[in-house]
Amino acid sequence: MEMLWYGVVSVMLAVYVVLDGFDLGAGALHLFVARTDTERRTVLGAIGPVWDGNEVWLLAGGGALVLAFPLAYAVGFSGFYLPLVLVLWLLVLRGLSIELRSHVPNPLWRAFWDVVFALASALLAVVLGAALGNVIRGVPIDESGTFGLPLFAEALPGLRSGVLDLYTVLVGVFTLVGLTAHGGLFLAWKTEGPVQARSLRAARFAVALLAVLFVAVSWATVRVQPALAEAGSRRPLVWLTLLVVAAGMAALVRGLLKNQTGLAFGGSALFLVGLLASAAGASWPVLLHSTVSPRFDLTAQAAASQGYALRTALTWTLIGLPLACAYFVYLARTFRGPFRVEPEAPQPSGPGRA
Amino acid sequence: MTDPLFWHRLQFGFTVTYHYLFPQLTMGLALLIVIFKWRALKTGDAGWDAAARFWARIFGLNFAVGVVTGIPMEFQFGTNWARFSAFSGGVIGTTLAMEGMFAFFLESTFLGLFLYGEKRLSPRAHFASAVALFVGSWLSGYFIIATNAFMQHPVGYLVAADGRLHLNDFWAFVLNPWALWQYAHNMCASVLTAAFVVSAISAFWLLLGQFQDVASRCLRAGVVAAAIASVLQLFPTGDRQGRMVADHQPVALAAMEGVFESGPGAHLAIIGQPDVKHRRLVNPVEVPGMLSFLAYGSFGSTVLGLNDVPEDLWPDNVELTYYAYHVMVGLGTMFIALGLFSALWLYLGKLLQSRWLLWIWMLALPFPYIATTAGWVTAELARQPWIVHGLMRTSQGTSLRVDAGSTVFTLAGFAGLYLVVGLLFLYLVGREIAHGPAPSRAPPRAPAAAALAGGGRA
Repeated sequence: MEMLWYGVVSVMLAVYVVLDGFDLGAGALHLFVARTDTERRTVLGAIGPVWDGNEVWLLAGGGALVLAFPLAYAVGFSGFYLPLVLVLWLLVLRGLSIELRSHVPNPLWRAFWDVVFALASALLAVVLGAALGNVIRGVPIDESGTFGLPLFAEALPGLRSGVLDLYTVLVGVFTLVGLTAHGGLFLAWKTEGPVQARSLRAARFAVALLAVLFVAVSWATVRVQPALAEAGSRRPLVWLTLLVVAAGMAALVRGLLKNQTGLAFGGSALFLVGLLASAAGASWPVLLHSTVSPRFDLTAQAAASQGYALRTALTWTLIGLPLACAYFVYLARTFRGPFRVEPEAPQPSGPGRA
Repeated sequence: MTDPLFWHRLQFGFTVTYHYLFPQLTMGLALLIVIFKWRALKTGDAGWDAAARFWARIFGLNFAVGVVTGIPMEFQFGTNWARFSAFSGGVIGTTLAMEGMFAFFLESTFLGLFLYGEKRLSPRAHFASAVALFVGSWLSGYFIIATNAFMQHPVGYLVAADGRLHLNDFWAFVLNPWALWQYAHNMCASVLTAAFVVSAISAFWLLLGQFQDVASRCLRAGVVAAAIASVLQLFPTGDRQGRMVADHQPVALAAMEGVFESGPGAHLAIIGQPDVKHRRLVNPVEVPGMLSFLAYGSFGSTVLGLNDVPEDLWPDNVELTYYAYHVMVGLGTMFIALGLFSALWLYLGKLLQSRWLLWIWMLALPFPYIATTAGWVTAELARQPWIVHGLMRTSQGTSLRVDAGSTVFTLAGFAGLYLVVGLLFLYLVGREIAHGPAPSRAPPRAPAAAALAGGGRA
């Protein structure tokens, strides 16, 4: 039952990365690929209807984590106190920038929110990637069962490193580049004209950079957390996820070469899912590795709720998740096809009012 | 300054109070918008559509701020209250996860369709998306109230060998009787806030002689809704909620009512100041025996006084508990008076001409917010010193590894960020009110609007 819920939480967070990933990436890119107000409204129009729903996967995934592994939620969230509050502030600013930009036609107002949107999106990608890096590297859980981490102490991963060290920043940058490619491909798929051309060029560049970083991150991960690689190499499921990574990459490259943007975007999604699945598959049953001693590792069994709660929750999850997917499909169908922006209707309330 | 508990409480109290300024409007407003849309659908009267469209814009702004300030709430259980989460997550994780699964997905999907989809959807489909949004936001409210109800009156759990709580009875936990009455009371308050906001802005327009068609129909609907909600707020929901407190948290009741001396025939203090040091109520105006009657159904019933309770089981701020409760009840009484009187004036056909009454409605806008906030302050302070009533003290629920300095820093950050958010919100809402429900105006230029208008649907 713990393994099942480990899977459910992992899948929900992976869905979050794939879905919110493209709007984070598009946000990080949009200053470069969209230059005029009409073009920027095209970008925002492509992600506007879906970003809130995408972010809900983070909240729902967080809710599932509390439900299934309350101890992991408590230990992890309090240990990463400052970086998580930073994430919250960035989420607030990013949500505001998407929602408020359109309300006032003043060009300065819009330029301001465009920059806030780009910065918050890029920083969120880095911080979320660094968080993943921390989970892989491990944190100094001691005999009290808790940990606290400074933002940074030493640059190299080890006992005295903080939330940010060379490894976690590397994973953060890798995430930013990966999501930029993902978001660029999404825009290339959903837009037309100059925005599409620029998005495609940006995505090509990001994918090339991603390939280099992928090698670096893989090498560093094996160095930093050898136990993960060792456990992973013994599990057929992990080999399967690596096949998914390879398949995603193949689809991505093929889509780029043949100018099939939908295929490339799908490949990028597969690539991200495969990577996360391989990390999750290799980590099981450990939710949080201790850098102090493997004795203090926080395992799924130790952190889990009791069987009754998990079984009941499974029942209503089997009702709730299909419903959520149905809404999502309905929304995606409503907004399918390339996105075109209409000329903005004249606003009765000009910049001089209010 | 160095006590982390104080700062953790202040940060949670501040962020949750601020957050709830927005959902309390959107939940009630969702119901009123559904009613407006329904009347438009039934009568084909374009005025109701214009009204619904204007309030949808106000709804959208409130909803956006509610969403961005709501995300920190879900995180803070873990960041600031790790020991509480570890202790009770096995139970309250159920409602927190259900909120995500059943409410958030529903809300986030239909929000875009409702706000920007009017041109693309048929009138019926658009009405249905308004209903879906209403259901989603009210479900969200229920799951949060059920979570809070567990902290007030824990049911459906068992204590495991390691001391952590685990779910034992799903239905007992989800249908906690405390949750049912608290939810009813809270949702009436939400409708009351929405009705007052609708009425206040309509009164503002009428006093200025603007948008008279939409303003007068919104005022009529708002006044009727306010009258109904204010009465329901007292009876049965407030009354039953009070009995819950009397039955399950007698110490909280004593602090709320300022009762120090136990005994039968307890007086109900209308006003008066608690003097905790000398354990008495100063300058009281009291109704003899009334508290015994309200709490337990007869004038002779015995009500527990704080004198018979060890001080370490008292709410740690008896004065604020007492004042917050009396502010809520006092305002609630005035809402009933204003609501019923205005409904009578409406019936007599004098409401729209009585400028003095319109002034009162316009200026009444902040008071339901104050009453609701005071009500929640009462509920949360009266529960102290417990974070889970009878099971875990608040002082044992904090994160051990988060020091006071970090929390002061993040609290200051939240305060600054929320100040900016509040100013932006007021600026944008002010623009909308000044512009009013003009029929010529295109839907707001939000991204989704353009998407629906221009999407390349096959």
